[in-house]
Amino acid sequence: MNTYFHSVELEVDKCCGCTNCLKRCPTEAIRIRDGKAHILSERCIDCGECIRICPHHAKKAHSLELEDIKKFKYNVAIPAPALYAQFNNLDNVNIVLTGLKAVGFNDVFEVSRAAELVSEATRKIIKEKKSKLPLISSACPAVVRLIKIRFPELCENVLPLLAPIEVAAKIARKEAIEKTGLKSEEIGVFFISPCPAKVTEIHTPNSVEKSACNGAIGISRIYPELTKAMDHLDFKDIEPLSRSGLIGIGWATSGGESAGILRDKYLAADGIENVIKILEDLEDEHIRGLEFVELNACSGGCVGGVLTVENPYVAQARIQKLRKYLPVTLNHLEDDDIDNMNWENELKFDADIFRLSDDIVKAMEMMDEMESIYKDLPHLDCGSCGSPTCRAMAEDIVKGEAKETDCIHKLKAQIQSVYDQLKGTL
Amino acid sequence: MSAIHLHYDVSGDDFTRAGEASGSVKKRLKSLGYDSDAIRRVAIAMYEAEINMVIHAEGGFCDVDIYPDKVEILLSDKGPGIPDVEKAMQEGYSTAPDNVRSLGFGAGMGLPNIKKYSDEMKIETTIGVGTNLYLTINVHNE
Repeated sequence: MNTYFHSVELEVDKCCGCTNCLKRCPTEAIRIRDGKAHILSERCIDCGECIRICPHHAKKAHSLELEDIKKFKYNVAIPAPALYAQFNNLDNVNIVLTGLKAVGFNDVFEVSRAAELVSEATRKIIKEKKSKLPLISSACPAVVRLIKIRFPELCENVLPLLAPIEVAAKIARKEAIEKTGLKSEEIGVFFISPCPAKVTEIHTPNSVEKSACNGAIGISRIYPELTKAMDHLDFKDIEPLSRSGLIGIGWATSGGESAGILRDKYLAADGIENVIKILEDLEDEHIRGLEFVELNACSGGCVGGVLTVENPYVAQARIQKLRKYLPVTLNHLEDDDIDNMNWENELKFDADIFRLSDDIVKAMEMMDEMESIYKDLPHLDCGSCGSPTCRAMAEDIVKGEAKETDCIHKLKAQIQSVYDQLKGTL
Repeated sequence: MSAIHLHYDVSGDDFTRAGEASGSVKKRLKSLGYDSDAIRRVAIAMYEAEINMVIHAEGGFCDVDIYPDKVEILLSDKGPGIPDVEKAMQEGYSTAPDNVRSLGFGAGMGLPNIKKYSDEMKIETTIGVGTNLYLTINVHNE
């Protein structure tokens, strides 16, 4: 199963085999085997919850370094709007954008500009009733992957528009080619990312064959150099680079994308557990009458990503302040823009990930066996065996990936019975 | 093997727990790699029936038999029974009390929805004794 690239990685030396990540993973994608955490690659959605929870900092997100941009003749940074929320007392986005140029980029193109185009295109799709409603936002790649592996009935509800990063990368690349006359392969486009899910999406996209983005640098990775560069800027050096309205900047926080729809039949949920609950309810039609559903895997939205620096709620307050004096939107669709924003591939449900077998009769036999194994387990869901719950352990045993004596409570009972027998013979 | 049998007790008067049985069945059907349209119909029909048991009958139990090509469900309660089944089947007809309606339930879509999403439905009801609701959801091969 090595066909899946993940940006969440384990530093084996630091992992002590505790159960923190095991219990936290929303897709039960982690097992502890031989005292170390293992990620079940096909189940991981790169949400980053394990990175957030690990007390030993053994989980980390793959991110490029500033050094990596040197491979290209000309580099464009495309910063997520969440970046703007990382600085105290920032009242002008241009300081951040000029700072990015100071640390080595030749140009910048704000992802929030592309977000405004996506907002306008979404409004158009809803108005023209071209898609199944409610539309589910396709901006959070962790959510899209979750739907792809767990919610077959919702795949066609996913907004068939590219995420703002991809749209931004395409435009930035085109503009850079026109401006410099260089070839596409000589131009590097780098996303300044708040989260590992977006790093993965650039590497192995769901929506396109190949991303127009060359890679991603985590906000927390670039932060020290960037703040230093920003501090050294002279007022007269600050270039008027920003061309985003309040809709685009608002995408950094939960509810921002919905606000950009300019309609009222929407729901915005954030935090992976809430997201799962909403998806379940949507699938069972307990939630009806909505046109748009915005879902962000991180609490607070993108500002809550594990590669950010600032507390998501503080960041949210800063975004509100930054948006206050901005015009509503500064970017508008041109005639053929929307055609360049459609997904190249349809989102297809990946049925293999969670099913026991592709033969239903075999799957039923396995489930029957699972139920009988589960009955005899202690139902403590302690995770000591290395599987996240007793039910998951029963599944692992049936699949031949664990054995009953991995359960320390079962083992203890066995030892006790041997001891009792021996005591009787003495 | 012929079927997987599941049994759930549905507690009455607790809206926060309504949906536990249908949620658990849905999860199992997904692990079996069941047809997703059939899963959706099982989940919706069963949830509506569970809610009915909570609103009208102070709970009961439900038995689920999963076959490779169909799911059979019995929902049984010792509630007041349904005086006029034909009326109860009409969309919008509801005898749910106000406190239930204020929670967003009791819109009179329960039984009509159950019928809509299941392939077979049979109601046995006796006033003062209780109600048995039998549902069959088939896998529709495309």
